Amino acid sequence: MLTFTLSFKNLMGNGKRTWLNVSVLSVAFVVIVFFNGLLDGWNKQAETDTIAWETGYGRLSHPLYDPYDPYTLADAHGIPGLPQEVIAGEQALPILVAQASAYPNGRLVNIMLKGIDPAQSLLALPSRWLDSLPEGIRETTIPAIIGKRMAESAGLEAGDRTVIRWRDVNGTFDAREVTIAGIFRTNVPTVDAGQLWIPLETLRQMTGMYKETTYFVIGEELAGSSLWIGDKAGYGKWDYTPLEVLMEDIENVVEAKKGGMMVISALLLCIALLAIFDTQVLSIFRRQKEIGTYMALGMTRAKVITVFTIEGTIHALLAILLGAVWGIPLLALLRNYGIPMPDMSDQAGLAIGDRVIPAYSMLMILSTVLLVVITSLIVSYMPARKIAKMQPTQALKGKLV
Amino acid sequence: MKTSVLLFTLISFTGIFSLQAQESNEAATILEKVDKNLSAQNRIFESSMTIHGRRTSRTITSKSRTRGEKEALTEYLSPASEAGTKMLKLENQLWIYTPSADRTIQISGHMLRQSVMGSDLSYEDMMDDRKLTEVYSAEVIARDTLRGERVVLLQLTARSSDVAYPVQKMWIDAEKFVPLRQEMYARSGQLLKRVDLFDVRRIQNRWFPMRMVYRDMLKTGGGTEFTVTSIAFDTLIPEHIFSKASLR
Repeated sequence: MLTFTLSFKNLMGNGKRTWLNVSVLSVAFVVIVFFNGLLDGWNKQAETDTIAWETGYGRLSHPLYDPYDPYTLADAHGIPGLPQEVIAGEQALPILVAQASAYPNGRLVNIMLKGIDPAQSLLALPSRWLDSLPEGIRETTIPAIIGKRMAESAGLEAGDRTVIRWRDVNGTFDAREVTIAGIFRTNVPTVDAGQLWIPLETLRQMTGMYKETTYFVIGEELAGSSLWIGDKAGYGKWDYTPLEVLMEDIENVVEAKKGGMMVISALLLCIALLAIFDTQVLSIFRRQKEIGTYMALGMTRAKVITVFTIEGTIHALLAILLGAVWGIPLLALLRNYGIPMPDMSDQAGLAIGDRVIPAYSMLMILSTVLLVVITSLIVSYMPARKIAKMQPTQALKGKLV
Repeated sequence: MKTSVLLFTLISFTGIFSLQAQESNEAATILEKVDKNLSAQNRIFESSMTIHGRRTSRTITSKSRTRGEKEALTEYLSPASEAGTKMLKLENQLWIYTPSADRTIQISGHMLRQSVMGSDLSYEDMMDDRKLTEVYSAEVIARDTLRGERVVLLQLTARSSDVAYPVQKMWIDAEKFVPLRQEMYARSGQLLKRVDLFDVRRIQNRWFPMRMVYRDMLKTGGGTEFTVTSIAFDTLIPEHIFSKASLR
C-alpha cells in the first residue's frame, strides 16, 4: 500500500505531464472500445437480420444449387426426399428460384424470380402482400413484391406494372405482366437487389416445375432436429447447410474489418504508450538522487523498480477512469442514435442497416481494460529495469550507470 | 329433299376439309422452300452487327463458318477491343477464346441463352440453324403485301415443347420464298422479338436476305442490325476448323 501511495503521490507531483499522458491514453481506450463495439454491433445486427430475412436457421438445397452461380439455377430444382409432415410444416419454407428478365420502362434488367408461399411466417419478408392485390388485377397480372434497392434501380413503385420474360423447364420463352404489390425495406441486400418475389405456386406453374423447390429455409426447431445428422439419403441427398456455415461470410468480413480496426487501435495505443515510456525514461534520468535516497533509506532495488512501474501503470488506471467519465456518455449516445452508414455500404452484399448500433459487451470492455493496463505495465517496467544496475552511492551523486 | 340437303352438307364439309388440307399442304411447301433458301450444309460469311443502344451505337464485324446446325466458329474482326475473339460452338457447348487474356473459357449450355455482345440476339438465335420444317408446323393465315411485295403470312407452331419460341409469325415473299418479317411470341402470346429482313439477293441458286434488323419488342432502343457483307454456301470447310485447336 505504501508503494502504491508513494507512486500515486509522485505521479500527481508531475502535474500537467501526467494529465497529458492520461488524456491521450483515455482517447486510445475509448476509441478501441468504440471500434470493437461498432464491429460487434454490425456483426450482431447482420446475423440477426440475415436469419430473419434470408437464411432462417439452416438451408436445405438442391445438390446442384450454388448461390454464387446463377447458371446452376436452370438445373437446381427438384423434390427432396423429406417426410411429408416436414415439407408441409411451417418449419421448412420452400423457395423456387428462376432466372428472368424484367423490362421496367423499356429497359432490360436481369432478375432472379423467387417463389415464396404468401402465407409463410418463417421469414420477415412481407409475403402476405402478394395476396393484397384487388380483384380484377389479381386475375390478369402476377403479384410481386420487391425490395427498396430493386425498386430504385428499376425505377418501380408500388402499383406499377412491368413485363417479365422467363424460360420454362423446357427452355421455352414466356412473358407476362407483373404488378408490384408492395416494396419492402430490409437491411439484407441478398433478398432485395435484382430480385422479384412472387407466389410460389404461380412460379411453379409458370416454369412447369410443379411441386419443385430450389431450397428450403429451415426454422429454428427443425434446424435442431436429428434429421440432418447422418446419411444425406434421409433427405434425398440434398445439401443441408447449418447456420454456422451460412453465417461464415458475415463473420469472415467482420473479422477482416476487425484486422483493419486493430491496426488503427494499435497505432493510437502505441502513441499513448510511447508518451508513458518517454515519461518513465525522463523520470529515471531526472530522479536519480531520489532513487539513491530510496536505496540509502533501505528500499531494495526491486521495490524501487516496483514504485516506478506502478507510477507508469497508474497512468492507465487514471486513463480508464477519465475515459469512463467522458466515454460512457458519448458511447451511450452513439448506442442510442446509432452510426449512420453511407448509402453504398451494402453493395458488397452483406447486411448492413442505415445505422449501425454499437454493442458493448462486458467481456469486450474488460479485455480492453486489461490490454491497456498490461501494455502500460510493460512500457513502465522496461525503463525502470535500469534501476537494478544503479549503485546507491552513484545514484545519490546523480551519475548514471 | 332430305337427300339433297344431306348431299349438300356433305359436299360443303368435304370442300372445307379439302380446302384446309390444301392450305396446310401449301404452308408446308412454302416452309420447305424457305428452308431451301435459308439452310445450308455449311456456309462462310462475313457480317457486321450494329447494336443501337439507348445512347450510342457500336458496330462489330465478324467472320463465321458454320457446318450443319451444331458446329460454328465465329471470329470477331473489329473493333480493336474485340478483334481476335473467337467463339466455337460444338453441339450445345460454347467455347470463347479471348486473345487479350490468351484464355479459352468453356461455357455451359445455359450461356447460349445470353445476349451476344449486348445485342438483341442471343447466342442461340445466332447459331441455331435448325430447319423450320423440323421444328414447326405451319398454317397460312393471310395473304398481304409488305414493303410493296406480295407476301403469305404463316403462323408457325412448335411441334415439341423444347423450342425457345412456341409460336412465330412469318411474312414470306410469295415469289422468292424468303421471310421479309418474322415475329417470335411467348407461350402467353406476348410478342417478344421481331426481325425485319431486307435486301434479298440471288446467291448460288437461292434467295437470301443480306440485312436483318432484330428488335427485342419488350425493350426500347433501335434494335440490332445484322448485315451480311459476303456469303458462300456449301463450300468445303476443313475439318480442323471446328475443333478447339482453331481457337488460338
